[in-house]
Amino acid sequence: MQKTWWKILAAVLVIYTAVAGLLWDVPRLAILNETIRNLYFHVPMWFAMVVLFTISVWYSVKSLSTQSEADDIRAVESANAGIIFGVLGIITGAVWAKFTWGQFWSFDPKQNFAAISLLLYFAYFVLRNAIDEEQKRAKIAAIYNIFAFPMMVVLLFVLPRLQDSLHPGNGGNPGFNSYDLDSRMRMVFYPACLGWILVGYWVYTLRFRTKILENKQL
Amino acid sequence: MQLAQQVKHLIKKEIILEWRSKYALNGVLLYVVSTVFVCYMSFQIIDKLTWNALFWIIMLFASINAIAKSFLQESKGRQLYIYTLVSPAALIIAKTLYNSLLMIVLTVIALIFYSLVFDFPKGADILMYFVAAVLGSLSFSTIFTMVSAIASKTGNGGMLMAILSFPIIIPVLIVLIKFAKNAMDGLDRSVSLDEIGLLAVINVIVMTVALLLFPYLWRD
Repeated sequence: MQKTWWKILAAVLVIYTAVAGLLWDVPRLAILNETIRNLYFHVPMWFAMVVLFTISVWYSVKSLSTQSEADDIRAVESANAGIIFGVLGIITGAVWAKFTWGQFWSFDPKQNFAAISLLLYFAYFVLRNAIDEEQKRAKIAAIYNIFAFPMMVVLLFVLPRLQDSLHPGNGGNPGFNSYDLDSRMRMVFYPACLGWILVGYWVYTLRFRTKILENKQL
Repeated sequence: MQLAQQVKHLIKKEIILEWRSKYALNGVLLYVVSTVFVCYMSFQIIDKLTWNALFWIIMLFASINAIAKSFLQESKGRQLYIYTLVSPAALIIAKTLYNSLLMIVLTVIALIFYSLVFDFPKGADILMYFVAAVLGSLSFSTIFTMVSAIASKTGNGGMLMAILSFPIIIPVLIVLIKFAKNAMDGLDRSVSLDEIGLLAVINVIVMTVALLLFPYLWRD
């Protein structure tokens, strides 16, 4: 029970936000209309992704100094789980964009940068597959992971601020804070973020444990 | 003090080696000249936006070709020899400085030749465009040097070099193209201060990360 409480919490939070996010009242805004509910599903994906990638970098740094195989597997599997959330974030964003901007992919800076930052991590996996020797692979992949992380931060958090974008919160478009005056949305949004981050962490621990078991059988 | 001495000697060694074969310099110059020529044949007249984009695309591929060899080309024996003599920090600093030097020379020559073939658009701030080109070659060399060090450790370095460096270079390239476009439109110089600052920050981050990571990378 001590070890499972956060998994139960994650499940409860995600179920709560899925139900409340779809059923509760939301502010009525032009253009956005009901699609504002996507905030509860789209934004938490990115939070979960960033948290997972941060875990990945943390274990990459650790694996450089400890040289342990477990740390390397942790780094890979959290990057893997992060990519799942990144792809989900792009898909939820694209579906939302279809109904508000008119196109799934309109080459908005925010969309492009998100796609490029995923490319960074795909390159990380290509690099891993290119090296056969395990210890060498762990070391070089860790170095690339650490080298790429600041670039991902620049791509996702700095560059979109400098460019005009249709994305809410950018280029003079109203962001989240300006229309949740009655704090109704916060009641769902914050639990959703926490819930999805916990689910992401859960996915990562499961992947890590299966990988360890697979390696033991070899 | 010792570090500075080592860096100095390593840069001298690179320059002497380059001067003997003139491989990178001539090869990349020929590459730039022929690409610009091919572009001239196919475009004839180009508008402002294409002018800028074309220049950066040519420079991107030229710099990948020029810098990829910095670690990929060295033989295993020579690398071992260098590693016994100097500290890893000296090696990466020397390589980066040398590559920056090489890239600045190449970029300036390329830009002069490019502007001879395709005239500078009217009203362009030529001095500022040169600043953009020099800053661009600096950022290319800091990033590509480290990526080439990583790629050289794998079996097939040439292919990986492109895959690993493109996602990293894209944010820099976006800022650079914006900065260069400001210069080309002849906007006031203070408009581009944000871009210059961001490029400087990215370069500093890349350099510190490279300095911290290279000691782990260099030995097998």
